[in-house]
Parts: sequence; structure tokens; C-alpha cells
Amino acid sequence: MRLRRVRRGAPLLGTLAVLAALVALAGFVAAPPSAAAPTPTDPLRGEIVVSAAASLTDAFARIARDFRRAHPGVRVRLNLASSSSLVAQIQAGAPVDVFAAADLASFDRLAASGLLARSPVPFARNRMAIVTKPGNPLGIRGVADLAGVRVVALCGRTVPCGAFAATVLARAGVALPETRVTRGADVRETLGAVATGDADAAVVYVTDALVAGAAVTTVRIPSAVNAVAVYGIATVRGTRQRATADAFVAHVTGPAGRAALRDLGFAGP
Amino acid sequence: MTRGGAARRRVRAPRAVVVAAALGAAFILVPFAGLLRQVRWASFAADLGGPARSALLLSLASAVAATALALVLGAPLAWVLARMDFRGRALLRALVTLPMVLPPVVGGAALLAAYGRSYGLLGRWLFDTAGVQLTFSWWGVVVAEAFVAMPFLVLALEGGIASVDRRYEQAAATLGAAPTTRLALVTTRLLLPSLAAGLALAWARALGEFGATITFAGNIEARTRTAPLAVYLLLESDPRAAYALSAALVAVCVSVLVVLRGRWWGTRR
Repeated sequence: MRLRRVRRGAPLLGTLAVLAALVALAGFVAAPPSAAAPTPTDPLRGEIVVSAAASLTDAFARIARDFRRAHPGVRVRLNLASSSSLVAQIQAGAPVDVFAAADLASFDRLAASGLLARSPVPFARNRMAIVTKPGNPLGIRGVADLAGVRVVALCGRTVPCGAFAATVLARAGVALPETRVTRGADVRETLGAVATGDADAAVVYVTDALVAGAAVTTVRIPSAVNAVAVYGIATVRGTRQRATADAFVAHVTGPAGRAALRDLGFAGP
Repeated sequence: MTRGGAARRRVRAPRAVVVAAALGAAFILVPFAGLLRQVRWASFAADLGGPARSALLLSLASAVAATALALVLGAPLAWVLARMDFRGRALLRALVTLPMVLPPVVGGAALLAAYGRSYGLLGRWLFDTAGVQLTFSWWGVVVAEAFVAMPFLVLALEGGIASVDRRYEQAAATLGAAPTTRLALVTTRLLLPSLAAGLALAWARALGEFGATITFAGNIEARTRTAPLAVYLLLESDPRAAYALSAALVAVCVSVLVVLRGRWWGTRR
């Protein structure tokens, strides 16, 4: 036994060398490009953290890019999760400058604890849709057909998209047994259960169905039973980048932000 | 520290090392103190009722099933790795222990690519010929947990088999015991300590599984929502229940540690 252990010393050194190389590589890859200097005419600078609902992932990636282009001294960090998770994070003291949620109720909870610098501005609307496997192999035509499906993916009950899905199901008079519902932590996880997983159908936002492209087939939900999500955005009280945060909110609610949102399927506020 | 420990060798430790060690211990222990402080002991039983309890029971049961699966598949593998000499043995050992170091979500993605119904390497065939769907099922939880837990069992058992004194088996052979009898009566008996350690480690790892489970088996109440998934979800909607369930899991894992160090099969050297 002893002899064997001694011989193992060399491979251990080898492992350490490989690890060191990996760390060095990671450092090289992760090295951030140096921030561009602010132009003399643009006073905005610094880094802001924008907490945005998961359904805004693609829209806000584009909006943040546009904003940065307009204000080269600014860096925007997106923090994407369900609106309810983001509320909990802000309540727990997360250093967030701007909050954008998929419903206005999320702001009520923050306003009640005095965590908002301004009242939220509605900036977009969204509707729900059913997504199925490509080609809709089960022939799902509407909400009622979800009752006969093996696994339906919905967002968690406390997440806005889960609450909207519950509204849709209730309006259509469909009761799904919980044993056939897999719950996603946010809308993108719920979408993924169908797009990459084995769930037969999911109820997500129309805009998520668009983002998924050919990975899913979309089934419309008639407006009589559909729910409307109203998105809001506000500067968070604890921000130390008030000017930049307010400018970002203005950008999202202004013409450039609206154009980006419209391109990705969101309706106007 | 008490003075006068008879047989123990005393080392005069530099004060800096002692302080650093205390910091190290605190680093591990402070989170547990925080966790226990959050538990409302007066309503503990009530907080642990309903969804938290069903998740805990589901977890205990699926971890037992996963450990059994890991034993059936892992024990022969451990024997082959310990006793047989063949080309590529070291590579095989490295590969089958990969799930130990792999990010669990990646394990879940790999399971999806292998056993998923829609495009899985084997899963598609399984579903088309036998109608078996592992994803989003309780068996999917068991497979995901066994996948990440089996390497712990294999390594513990392999170490045990390699250190068994083969003279006992040879003695049994000279007394006329057939190979199978020798394995069942002599080798297995000598292996009990490492078998128990391997089972306990694998079971604890299965109990804590999160990433592979949520990726592969989803998040269905009373079917695939295990205790770790429930803690994650409850932290947002019902923190008291989340902390009660966390405390219950800590208690279970502490008992595993106690069993691992227990005396009833003797202390390993």
C-alpha cells in the first residue's frame, strides 16, 4: 500500500499542473475588454444592474446593447429570472438599479416595503400561447385539449406566467391534475420543457413561442379566454447610479425600446 | 482543548494556523447556524406538512431506489475494476466516476440526450417499442439520482475489494467452495464496511440531487418534485416551510454521518 501511494505522487503533480493551466486559461478568456471612455458630451457612466423578467431575455439583451451604444461609458448587467424571484432578491438586499417585471403586482410588494425610487411605468403587453412539439403530434387545438395530455409544463404558481396560465385554464374551464403538471421556475425553463425536453405542451408567453422558433409549434389561445400581461419598469430605491438608471428606464419606454420590443412580438403598453 | 490526553501526540501549533483553522470551521458552520435560526420550531411540524412532507417522503423513497439501482449496476463494475487486469482499466474508471465531478445539470442534459423520448439515443427506441418514458416520471428521478450517486458506491466498493486479503478466498477454495460461493460468503462478508460506506454515500448524494433531476425528470408535485426541488421553490413562496424542510434534510444527513462513523461494523483503518 505505502509503495503505491508514493508512486501516485507524480500523477497528483500532473493534475495540479492541468488545474493551474485551466485556471490560467479561464482568467485569459474571462478578462473583460477595457471599458470605453465616456464621450465628452455624454455624462452617463458606470455600471447598472437591470433585473428583468425571464420573458424579456432577448428584448433586453438588444435594448441593453442599444443603450450602451448610445452611452459608451455605461455598462449594463442583466439579471434574468422570474419576476417573483427578482422581487425576493431585491427584498433581500440585492444591489439592483432597475427592475422590469411581467406584471404590475410585483411592484406593489416592493412599493409596500419602500424599495422603489419611482412608481413603475407600464411599457409593454404580452399574451399567453400554447406551445407543443414541432408539428403538434397530439393535435392540440386549444386550452381544453391540454386536459388529455401526459405532461404539461406551466410556470410556478407564484411566478407571473404561472398566474396567467392559471387564469387561462380557469377561463376555459379546464382543471389539470397537478400530477401531470411540471412547474418551471421561470418562463424560459417552462418553454424548455417542451423545446428540449419531453413535455407535450406548455403555456408560455406569445413572445417566448416566437423565440423558440422551429423547436415548437404554437397554438393560439383565443382572446376571450386569454390573459394579458402588463410589463412595468422602475428605478430601485437603493441605486447609486440614479441618473443612469433613470436614463435606462427612459430608453426602454422611449421609441428605441418600443421598436425593439415590437420586433420581438410585444404589444405596446 | 483539554490537557493530559494520554496516547495522543501533542503538537504546539502556531497561533496563526489555529486562527485560520477556526475561520475554516466557522466558514462551514455559520451557514448551518443561520439555517437553524430561521426554523420556527414551534410550528415545525405544521411547516413540514403538506407539500414539504410529500417531497421529503418522495426523496427518501427515490434515494433508496436509486441506491439499489446503483448497487445492482455498480457492484459488478467495482469488482471488475478492482480484480481484473485489462487494457483501458484506468480510463474506464475515470469515465464511470465522471458524474462525481460533472456539473449535475450537464448530467441531466446527457441523460436527456440518451433517454429522452423525443431524440434520446435509447429513449426514442424505448418509447417507440415499449412505450416507456423515463422523463417526467418517478423512474426518471431514480435514474438521474443513480447516475450521479453510483460513482461514490463504485469507488468505495472498489477500494474495499482491492484491500480484501485474498488468502481468505484461497482458503475457502482449498476447502472446496465454488467461485460463486466464495464471492457470496467470504468476499462479501469482508466487504461489509466498505459496502455500508458506499451505500451511505451514494444514498446521501441521491437524496441531495437537484440539477440532473430537474433537467431530466422535471418538477411534478408528488411525482418528481424531490425535497431539494421543493426547498428551491418554497424559498420564494413559503420560506418557513423551506427552512423546516432544509432542517429536516440536515438532520437526515447528520444521521448518515453518524452511521458512517458508527461502531457496529468497526472502525476502518
